[in-house]
Amino acid sequence: MTAASITVSETPLVLYALRRADDALILGHRLSEWCGHAPMLEEDMALANMGLDLLGQARELYAYAAKVEGKNNTEDTFAYLRDVRQYRNLLLVEQKNGDFARTMVRQFFYSAFADLYWRAMMTSRDATLAAIAAKSEKESAYHLRHSSEWMMRLGDGTEESHRRAQAAIDDLWAFTGEMFTVDASERGLIDAGIAIDPETLRLQWLKIVSGVLGESTLARPANDWMQKGGRIGHHTEHLGHLLSELQSMQRSFPGATW
Amino acid sequence: MVNHVTRDMELRQRAWDAAAQVVDPEIPVLTIADLGVLRDISVHDGEIEVAITPTYSGCPAMNMIAVEIEVALERAGFRKPTVRTVLSPAWTTDWMSDDGRRKLKEYGIAPPQAGRGRRALFGVEEVACPQCGSTDTETLSEFGSTSCKALWRCKSCREPFDYFKCH
Repeated sequence: MTAASITVSETPLVLYALRRADDALILGHRLSEWCGHAPMLEEDMALANMGLDLLGQARELYAYAAKVEGKNNTEDTFAYLRDVRQYRNLLLVEQKNGDFARTMVRQFFYSAFADLYWRAMMTSRDATLAAIAAKSEKESAYHLRHSSEWMMRLGDGTEESHRRAQAAIDDLWAFTGEMFTVDASERGLIDAGIAIDPETLRLQWLKIVSGVLGESTLARPANDWMQKGGRIGHHTEHLGHLLSELQSMQRSFPGATW
Repeated sequence: MVNHVTRDMELRQRAWDAAAQVVDPEIPVLTIADLGVLRDISVHDGEIEVAITPTYSGCPAMNMIAVEIEVALERAGFRKPTVRTVLSPAWTTDWMSDDGRRKLKEYGIAPPQAGRGRRALFGVEEVACPQCGSTDTETLSEFGSTSCKALWRCKSCREPFDYFKCH
């Protein structure tokens, strides 16, 4: 017997919370894949720590989505019983870990955004989202500092570390534009003061990214063609593989607990 | 009516005293009252509800703390106490009591600096070694053995130590 996927009533607020929850869960899961494999013990712990912060954020957001939806869904059914096309995360966060440089570049691009985003969301008129933001912004500040320092060490380190960091930047750059996109479903929430318009964060994000890359002797790609689709369930080939591992237990043994 | 109110206040105080004894499973010298995790206790018709606030979003100790509070209250004679998690206002290390900071230091963990805004973490941090008191210290790793700690080293006495991060 295997567990079937759930259906979700994606009202704008439910969808909004799920999108951010999915970002946090998927990136957190990617970081957890490093556990026991990082280049040194301190980094193994750092990556697991950050993964745990993200998992915590995801849980709060899923729990809120479940409450707003008001059906039988829970944080667990959202995580374990939606198929790949029902996931709403950014394409950036599902990209494979690759080498350590690639993981750090992905983390840096996301954290530079998340730090600005959660700080801005503290003024949301939705009390729960504002409260989640107030916790998350403290955590994202540490994530940003950690990944910024690695950008400098990798970029300004050896020829090999520089080459790998630059290759990761060039590969992942096209996934950064999706962080700033808004669709009709979110526009209403922005107008109501529940969500913030991510477009207002774009210049600050570029400034932070350009500053750190400059200090790291790394180049910011010139191309501005951006990939998107994650927010409506059109994912890269990597997410399905990730989910098959993340969901394996609950799909094979529905409702298993220990 | 007055008796009712007085009884509730007494119950609340007894419940607080019991819950306040629960310690952080990862830093057993600190109680949840020292940490500022214990936020409020309310009494409705003799039923006790405890409000706690998580330190870090994903802190695995929170589930255990909630269970320990229930056990402590049941031992103190309260039936079916409930523990509720409140997110707002977000927990900050500024809520840690002075007594808690002293106990942390004696335990060998450098306490978080009081009254430092989170943006201070992008500036220069001066952390005193909990062993010898020297401020000639350096970061070894931003992330330590638990979500709330970083790993530091004293350049004076050469001892590594945990630093409870400002949040």
